[in-house]
This record gives sequence, C-alpha cells and structure tokens, in this order.
Amino acid sequence: MHPITTIHYLVLSAALLLVGTVGILTRRNIVIILMSIELILNAVNINLVAFSHTLHNINGQVFAIFVICDAVAEAAVGLGILIALFRNRETVQADEIDLLKW
Amino acid sequence: MLIDTILFYIFAVLVLGGGILTITRRSAIHSAISLIVSLLGVAGLYLLQQAEFLFAVQIVLYVGGIMVLFLFVIMLVNLDQAAHERQFSRGWTVALAATAAVGAEIGYFLYRGKDAFQIASNGGQQAVQALGNTEMIADSLFSEYLLPFEIASVLLLVAVVGSVMMAKKRV
Amino acid sequence: MNFLDQIWLIPLFPLFGAALMLLLGKKLDPQPASEVAIAPGVEPVADEHHGGAHASHAQAGHADHGHGGHDAHGHAHSPLKKLINFICPGFVLLSFLFSAGAVWQLSRLPVESRVHQVVQFTWVAGLPFHMANGAMATFSADWGFLLDPLSSVMILVVTGIGFLIHVYSTGYMAHDNGYYRFFGYLNLFVFFMLMLVLANNYMLLFVGWEGVGLCSYLLIGFYFHKKSAGDAGKKAFIVNRVGDAGFILGMLLMMSVLGTLRFTDVNAILHSGQFPVEVAGFGVLSAISLLMFFGATGKSAQVPLYIWLPDAMEGPTPVSALIHAATMVTAGVYMVARSAALFQLTPHTSAVVATVGAFTAILAATIALVQNDIKRVLAYSTVSQLGYMFLAAGVGAYWVAVFHLFTHAFFKALLFLCSGSVIHAMGGEQDMRRMGALKKKIPITHWTMFVGSVAIAGIPGLAGFFSKDEILWQAYSSPLGSKLLWFVGLATAAMTAFYMWRLMNMTFYGKSRVAAETEKHVHESPAAMTVPLTLLAIGSALAGWLGTPKLWNLGESFRAFEIWLEPVFASAAVGAAHEGAEHSTGVEWGLMCLSVAIAIAGIALARYLYCIRAEIPDRIEARFKPLHTLLYNKWYVDELYDFLFVNGLCKGGGLLLGSFDRNVVDGGVNGAGWLTRFASKVSIWWDTWVVDGTVRFTAFSVKLLSYPVCILQTGRVQAYAFFVVVGVLAFLGYYVAR
Repeated sequence: MHPITTIHYLVLSAALLLVGTVGILTRRNIVIILMSIELILNAVNINLVAFSHTLHNINGQVFAIFVICDAVAEAAVGLGILIALFRNRETVQADEIDLLKW
Repeated sequence: MLIDTILFYIFAVLVLGGGILTITRRSAIHSAISLIVSLLGVAGLYLLQQAEFLFAVQIVLYVGGIMVLFLFVIMLVNLDQAAHERQFSRGWTVALAATAAVGAEIGYFLYRGKDAFQIASNGGQQAVQALGNTEMIADSLFSEYLLPFEIASVLLLVAVVGSVMMAKKRV
Repeated sequence: MNFLDQIWLIPLFPLFGAALMLLLGKKLDPQPASEVAIAPGVEPVADEHHGGAHASHAQAGHADHGHGGHDAHGHAHSPLKKLINFICPGFVLLSFLFSAGAVWQLSRLPVESRVHQVVQFTWVAGLPFHMANGAMATFSADWGFLLDPLSSVMILVVTGIGFLIHVYSTGYMAHDNGYYRFFGYLNLFVFFMLMLVLANNYMLLFVGWEGVGLCSYLLIGFYFHKKSAGDAGKKAFIVNRVGDAGFILGMLLMMSVLGTLRFTDVNAILHSGQFPVEVAGFGVLSAISLLMFFGATGKSAQVPLYIWLPDAMEGPTPVSALIHAATMVTAGVYMVARSAALFQLTPHTSAVVATVGAFTAILAATIALVQNDIKRVLAYSTVSQLGYMFLAAGVGAYWVAVFHLFTHAFFKALLFLCSGSVIHAMGGEQDMRRMGALKKKIPITHWTMFVGSVAIAGIPGLAGFFSKDEILWQAYSSPLGSKLLWFVGLATAAMTAFYMWRLMNMTFYGKSRVAAETEKHVHESPAAMTVPLTLLAIGSALAGWLGTPKLWNLGESFRAFEIWLEPVFASAAVGAAHEGAEHSTGVEWGLMCLSVAIAIAGIALARYLYCIRAEIPDRIEARFKPLHTLLYNKWYVDELYDFLFVNGLCKGGGLLLGSFDRNVVDGGVNGAGWLTRFASKVSIWWDTWVVDGTVRFTAFSVKLLSYPVCILQTGRVQAYAFFVVVGVLAFLGYYVAR
C-alpha cells in the first residue's frame, strides 16, 4: 500500500469539490445548495491544510481559518436570506425564484 | 505509517460518502446529518496532518455551529412540501456532464503534476516542531495577519447584522 | 475682563436665546392639542373648526387675554415653561451686564479716544467700482461693532428696558399660547436691535434695521388668527419697505459719493472740509441726507409714513412697549443722530427734518386728544414724541434728541406697560369709556402710571420735563430753529399734558363705568409685572436729572448726558453753541415757566373736563361734531392713502398697464409666438425624421442584439452557477489544449 502523499489529498479535495458543484447545480432545495457550498469550502480547506503540511508553512492553516470565517458569514447571511425568501414566497426551490434579472 | 494510510482512507470515505449522501438525500434532515459526517471526516483529515487547532475549530464551528444553524433553519422553514417535489432541477444531466468534464480536466492536471509532489511527500516524518500547532497559528495570525484578522471580524459583524436584518419579521 | 473687546458678544446672547426658543421651544412649551400648534413662519390658515375656536377666544379676551380661560390653559404652569421665564430674560440680562461693563470701561477712557471698534471680519467682500468723482473705491462692509457714547446710550436702553419688558412679559403672556414663540421673537428683536445700534457701518446697521422690521411684523401679527392683527403686521411691513427704499438709495448714493459706509470714515471725510456746507442750494449731500431721513420716517413713524404705528398696537402690549415705543421706532432718530455730520452739512434737509418732526408732533397730538382706545392714545403719543425728537435733531440739537429718546424710552415703556397692566386687570378691555375709578383696585399700576403721566406731561423734576424743555428751548434759540417751530412744540406739549391726563382721568378717577361682569375680576397684576413697573417709574422720575438745563448751574454730574455725548456731536456743538450769547437767561427762564404753566393748565383742564364735570366733553363733542369726527378718524389720512396709493396708484396704474399689456406687449408676444410656431414646425419635421430616426434605429439595433443575451438571463441562480462552471471548464480547457 502506498504511503499517503499530498496528491492523495488533492484528489480527495478535487472529488469533494466536484460533489459540491454537482450539488449546487442540480439540487432544487436551497438549503441543500447552501450545504453544497459548505462542502466546496471544505474541499478548499483540505487543499490548504495539505499544502501547509507539505511545505511546513503555517500560513496555509491561517488561510483555512479565514475560509472558515467566510463560511460562517456566508452561512449566516445565506440562511437569513432563505428565511426572508421563504416568508415572502413560500418556497425553498431555487428554480422557482427568478429575481436575479436586470 | 500503515495506520495513517488506513485512517486516511477511512476519512476519505467518510468525506466523500457523506458529501454524496448530502446532495442526494430527499429529506433535508438526512442531508444535514450526512454533511455532519462529511465534516467530521474533514476534521479527521486535519488531525492526520497535525493541524490540531483546525481540527478543533472544524468540530466546534462547523459541526457545532453551522450545523445547528442549518438544523434550526430546516425546522423554521417548512420543508415537508419540498421533500415531496422533484429533487433535481431540469437540466441536471447537462450540469452533471459539465461538472464531469471539469473533473476530467482537474484529474488530467493532477495526473500530469503528480510527480511534483512526490519529492515533498511526507510520511509523518516531520521534525518535531519547537512550538505547538496552536501557538504557531496564533503567532502568525496576530502578527503577520493582524489586519486581515481584524477585517475578518468586521466581516463577521456585518454578517451578523445582515442576517438579523434579513431574518427579522418586519424590515 | 475687557468688556470693550467683547462687545460683539452682546447681540449674540439674545440671538442664542431666540435660536433656542424658535428651534426647541415647542418641546419646552407643548401646546394643548385643542389649539392650533403654531410653528414660526407658518401661515395662520387653520381649518374652519380651529379658526372658529380661535376667533371666539380672541373676542372673549380681546386678543390679549383670556382670563375666563384659566382652566383651559392648564399648561401655563408646566415646569418647562418656567424655564423659558429664566432663559429669555436671562440672556437679555447677560447682554445688559456686558453692555454696562463695556460702557463703564468706555467711560474710563480719555474723552477723545472714546470710540471703540471691534471688526470681526469683512462681511461684504471688496468689490471695486468707480465713485461719482471717478476715483476707484471698493464696495465692502465689515461685520464690525462700534461702541461710542451714542451707541452706549442705545445699548443700555435696549438691553435695560428690554430686560424689564421681558420680565413683565413673563407675567403678561403667561396665559397665552405660543409663549415660546413670543419670547423667541422678542429675543430675536433684541438681537437685531443691538446689531442696529452696535453696527460700525450703514450696511450692517441696515441688517439690524431690516431685522427689527421683521420682528416687528412677526410680533404685531402675533395673534395672527385675528385678521386685523395680520393686516396691521402687513401694513407695518409694507410702509416700512417704502421708507427702507429711501434708506437703501441714500446708502448707495453715499457709497458712490464718499466711497465708504463706515461711520468713522464717513465722519472723517465729512469733517475734513472736502464738502462745503450746502447752504446755497440742494446738492448731492442734501439728496443723501433727505433719502436717509425718508428711511427714518418709515421706521420712526413720521409724516408721511407714520400710519403704521397706531395699527401696530394690535400686537401684545409688551411688544408695543418695547418695539413700538422704547426702542425700534427710535432707530430713525438714532440713525439721524449717527449721521449728524451729514445733516450738519445740509441745512435744507435739517429744516425738512425739523418741520416734519414738528408737524408730526402736533398732528399726532391732535388725534390723540379724542381717541378712546387706551393703547391708541399712547400710540399717537409715541408718534408725537418721536416728532419731538426729530424736531430736536432738525434744529441741530442732536444730543437733545438722544436725550429725549432716552427719557422717552423710560416713561413711554412705563406707560405702555401700565396700560397693559390695566388691560390685564380689565380682562382684555381696552376702551377707556368702559373704565374709570380703577385707582383703588389696582394701586400699584395707578401710582406708576401717575409717575409716567406726570413725566410725559412735563412737570419739573421728572424725566419728561428736562428733555422736552430742552427741545423747546433749542427750537426757539437755535439758528436752525424758529419761533414757529417753538410754538408748535409748545402747543403739542399742552395737548400732550391734556390727552395723557384725559387718559388718567378716564381710567383711574371719576365714576366707574366698568361693566358689572368685568368688575368682579379686576385685580392687581402679579409681581412679575409690577416690579418692572416700579423700576421704570423710578427711572422715569430720575432719568432726567442727567440732563438738567445749563441755566440751573447744578454742576457737571447733573449735565452728564450732554457732556457724555459731546465727542460724538463735537462739530454739532459748533452750530448749537450759541446759548446765552444773544438770548438773555431771562428769556429762557420765561419760556421754561411758560411750558410748565401750559402743562399744568393741560392737566387741570383734563381733570376738570373728565373728572369734575364729566358731562361737558359730550357737549363739546356735539358742538364741534365735524372737527371731532375729523380727529376721531385720524384726519382721514388712512382713507386718503387708500384712495391715492392703494386704489389710485395700484389699481389705476393696473388699468393703464393692462391696456399697455394688451396692445404693445401682447402684440410683441403674439408676433414672437407666430415666429416660434413656424420655427417649431421646421424643427418638428427635422426631429421626427432625422433625429428620431437615428435614435430609433440605434435603439432597434440594440434591441435586436440583446435577444440572444436575454435568453441566457433567466434570473435563476443555478443557471448562473452553471455558467460559472462552464467558464471554469473553458478556462481549464485552454490550458489542457495548450
């Protein structure tokens, strides 16, 4: 069995990214789309931490913290928007909402 | 060594399996629980790479914080009806194809560049660090990245205000 | 503390008070919901319901008072309202203290340097222009303050008497709505008045001049729900505008002739001998002085522009006392005195000033003889006394004019406030025919008014005697004066004594003619009103001792007023320093005794006619019916002006203008219209086919190109995310292919 190298992590990260992308593009439920975004952000973090580990550089982990920060903010605002949306339109289906025009 | 490898695969399975379950479950609750599994897997990967601080943050923030947030919202928003409707959007085949193509491209790059990482491969033979992981992060965060750190705090404040504004009854 | 350099602060205190009141007053003094909340400057058009309520309220209290409405005005005693009682008079008191400090320090200076200027900044920046003689000059004005003996007298009068009247108003206005508004306007008035008297140039003086006019307008129309009050305010404002036009023209002419408007510079040029005395003919200086005097007739209510002042009595009584008796109306006198150097060079204008003054004095006095409204008598009395001041200024005795201004401020403010107190006691009644025998009921008011009446009548020992006698003597003896002017003055003095004691007798003595209903409510006024009355009475009694006749040889401190003002009118003294030379002291004693005798005669006659044999006046009235009607209707001057100016000039001119309009102007307009229409037709064709065509083609092509993009823009977020993925695909694909 091969020892685990950085490339393993990168492959894993890429796979997780693709799973998240598929989730965003195909699911209709906005809650799950938001979850998919979390998956993508985690894929990024895996990448960052893997390189940090490889290069013995702590900056990667610091960046991961910032990304987590971002994820938190995004989740809070996104879910807030979701609640407002649900209150006004009584739906959580992404393709029933086409406000992003003009 | 072997243990590390085995653990990596276990965690990878958790991460990917959880992720795939997240995006395929009909019920949002199931999706959320699958997401927890996936995030826990990611946390395990952090631990595997000696990023103990991030491991803790991942558990506390993601699994503890964000997931609770998700569950709350799922309960607030009536998802029963959504669960009985069609789960995937109309053009899902196209989307899947495009994503697969992107994946193929990424895979091609990774395959091309896999040798570059062999050199720096690490089998856990890392030199013992003078400082612990948390101290190093703190060191870096509060000296080199102090300004971004503060900006991040402002960002969080804005997010808090924004989400409260969004979610409260009367705007 | 150097008060002299802080004189710019003096006007700022009342301004601050005014700002506080007018901006925040509504919060301090919340208006009851049933009344119309009155914001400053808002036109008083309430809806019918409110208007009706107001009208009845106004009638019940004859505008000034609603004594029956104590319950309705429960808010009168709100604690915040008490705060206003302290703020507004407090700021004026602060001004008074600063003024007193500054004047005291000024008096410490040597006589020749008693002119203190504080220039804060250049207010109207220099604008170069050619003067009348071709030289270049700059049109500029400072924001500067000047303290000299003349303005020191004025600021003490304004702030001192202003303070007393503020205190009085806290009692008098206690039951009125818009309390804060009243005090805001009053403080604003004090600010503008202080700007007027402290300004160091004509331009800044004019700022104060217009400002006091504005405040006068606002305060006359204080009870704006009454139509007559609103009309009176408008009348005052418009008539003042006529005079102001003269002032502005005079000011601009002065600018173009002298090249400066600063008092010190103007005086320096005029004293330098550059301009000779215009004895021979009517020169440019005479034009300037005449125009300025015309401005003064508007502000100081002289013939021909005096008509607004009697109507101004529609305002609350403290306003009449402060603005329309003690301070604002004397602004014209102050301005003439301030321009003494100019008037000295123009004897013709001085003659006009003296004549107008004397004519106004006697005209107003005759009207005052027969009026029945207590405030109207005092109003005509004010006009008459102002005429006296101009008489003095016209014969070159400027210090006497200012002296009379000073004493008059005391006793006329006192008389007005007393009349206010009477009206207060009578629950709003102003008609003297429904008063009488009030002496016992309101003793303090009676005794203070007694002092004021004696003072104005010219009984020796009280203020009015000294100033009035000095005016008469100057009118008689000055080279600019004449026996005719003196005689008119004397006749006016007799009438003054008569009508004032007619007022006293009808109000306080004789039989009571008070309505039974009112009689029950007659009461002495609160201490806030009687204390200022007492202080003013003391002032009326003693103020005159600052300017005793030279004849009496009482020592310098008893002639302090003349000596104090001497540096201001230094060269005026040259014209007026003639006493004792050609006239023996015997003549002066004789004239003095004559005026005293005639004053006593007037008082006695009034006592006889209106107290002892009260039935005679009606008989006299019946006998001389036409004359009485003529006087009672104020010589029909209002009607004459109405006929000449309002109907004649405005409406007649309107007709003339109308025909001119129809034929000449409209013809031109129609011709131009036809031309325009023709041009527009050409333009339309061009527009429709060429301009519009281009625009439409552009729009059409853009629209055509936009269709493919529109298909992509679905508005759904997932579609956009898909495009992002496609973008990534293409991006990566580029590197793969490379």
